[in-house]
Amino acid sequence: MNEKLLLDDGTELEQVFCRPDTLTDVPYHYCPGCGHSVVHNVLMEVVDELDIQDKTIGVAPVGCSVFAYHYMNIDMQEAAHGRACAVATGIKRVLPDKLVFTYQGDGDLAAIGTAETIHTVNRGENILIVFINNGIYGMTGGQMAPTTLPGMVTSTSPYGRDIHMSGYPLKITELAAQLPGAYYVTRQSVHNPNAVRKLKKAVTKAFEYQMQNKGTCFIEVVSNCPSGWKMTPVETIKYLEEVMFPYYPLGDVKVPKE
Amino acid sequence: MEKEIRKEEPRLMKGNEALAEAAIRADIDAYFGYPITPQSEVIEYLMREVPNRKDKKIVVLQAESEVASINMVYGAAGAGARVMTSSSSPGISLMQEGISYIASAQLPCLIVNVVRGGPGLGTIQPSQGDYFQATKGGGHGDYHLIVLAPASVQEMADFVFDAFHLAEKYRNPAMILADGALGQMMEKVVLPPDGGLSKQPKPWATTGKTKDRNHNIITSLFIQPEEMEKVNLELQKKYEAMQSEVRWEEFQTDDAEILLVAFGLSARICQKVVDLGREKGIKIGLLRPITLYPFPYKRIDELADKVEFILDVEMNAGQMVEDVRLAVEGKVPVYFKGRMGGMIATPEEILQEIEAIHEKQNVLHD
Repeated sequence: MNEKLLLDDGTELEQVFCRPDTLTDVPYHYCPGCGHSVVHNVLMEVVDELDIQDKTIGVAPVGCSVFAYHYMNIDMQEAAHGRACAVATGIKRVLPDKLVFTYQGDGDLAAIGTAETIHTVNRGENILIVFINNGIYGMTGGQMAPTTLPGMVTSTSPYGRDIHMSGYPLKITELAAQLPGAYYVTRQSVHNPNAVRKLKKAVTKAFEYQMQNKGTCFIEVVSNCPSGWKMTPVETIKYLEEVMFPYYPLGDVKVPKE
Repeated sequence: MEKEIRKEEPRLMKGNEALAEAAIRADIDAYFGYPITPQSEVIEYLMREVPNRKDKKIVVLQAESEVASINMVYGAAGAGARVMTSSSSPGISLMQEGISYIASAQLPCLIVNVVRGGPGLGTIQPSQGDYFQATKGGGHGDYHLIVLAPASVQEMADFVFDAFHLAEKYRNPAMILADGALGQMMEKVVLPPDGGLSKQPKPWATTGKTKDRNHNIITSLFIQPEEMEKVNLELQKKYEAMQSEVRWEEFQTDDAEILLVAFGLSARICQKVVDLGREKGIKIGLLRPITLYPFPYKRIDELADKVEFILDVEMNAGQMVEDVRLAVEGKVPVYFKGRMGGMIATPEEILQEIEAIHEKQNVLHD
């Protein structure tokens, strides 16, 4: 930041915005229009702004964001599918002064990793859980997720999710909020600039709470999957607003009693 | 490791508790576990004792499952901690995914399996039925654990130090493969010295990226096949280097005409068989592998040149016997005597087996 750039005609330009050091100079592999890269940016901007790069340790999941550690220029561990919260517990318990977060998709956090998620929150592990909910398994090719909406077509629910066969979409965020160990639980999105700003505020708050040893912070980001939903990025935003948000309403689910 | 002179008075302790106390003295940073018979005394002892050790900073956490335990071990090991877990057979099965990840990510840690009879929920009685799982990989992919097989309460304690020493030397998970009897029985033990295992720096650990280094990544994902093959070749090279750590013990093999091969508790029983046999004039010797991986193939091969036949004794349906046969390559007959499901062969029963084989062999020779 604050580097000067001299143009050929002698004009001096001051750099006022650039990629933070917390992001590597590697292009994202995510599909065009996918929310993952925006959430990565937000997380790493906060780590940069709070100047906690040397204190932050991330845990990547199995799913589309399995390579999160390629982009986040911080120490990271790659967990087995669903086990990010257990891995984060192991890290945080032996390095209690560090700031630990997990980054997990819906299949990882709310299906195969449900036990680890619930028990980690219940213990009030002093970590941040970032939960990306796009209602589909993106990496494996668009199969039904625990958060897939009723009637939603995926490759394993080709006629739409049948609630009589597969049950209802799991509102694990509300479930987590019930547990005494959860300190701050919120549901955000990245579908427009205002939403991104709100998410950034939430992430900042969560890291600050972690510094104060307040317990588990849980941020759900209701996101999209243009490839899996078989929509254009613009169409996914419409779908988010009209279909996803009514089922997964945005806003704080549990806020600290100040 | 070289045996140091111990000044401490012997104590009478359960195997599981001696192991737990040794873990405290080995300065573990963390233990994650889940109760299961016959090893629950390990976590019970740690939960009871650690708060009284004001000089120690040890995390002891009861996880929600063995799946969570092993992944907590992964996280803590990746963060540079000296960390362990313990369980018994069904719980160790649940951990296999995590162990495979730990082996691939090359993280040092200790996993203790106080084996019970299987398959399935099986029985809580002692068994050696997890030899294959422990020595041949256990989970998915090409990997090996360093496997130590104690045969006494003394070794339940001592091998905690040896296992961490080897695990950290090779950045590889190590396993202590005990059994329900070793875990539960009480014996005299002289505990290893407190703080007797030094800690080396782990510059690869995820402790927070400082400006002077690149970010540290703990992963087992290598999506490009060329890269994945390279990682596998490195692992294989490491396993080759580990072969130099092979350990075994011999009893009266100098003039032996019949060789017993047994590990752990079975080896304790076979020591008695050697004595009983020699009282009757039968020259029996015993080789006891201490490391099950690496395995003492070469020494068994050498002894095979001198004996009439080999009898492998285990508390299972015949698992290590496959490695004994590989070592011997058909030079002499290799027989097997096993009891399963928590049953343990008596010395007399094993001696009868030897006599029966001996007689059969003589008939063949006449």
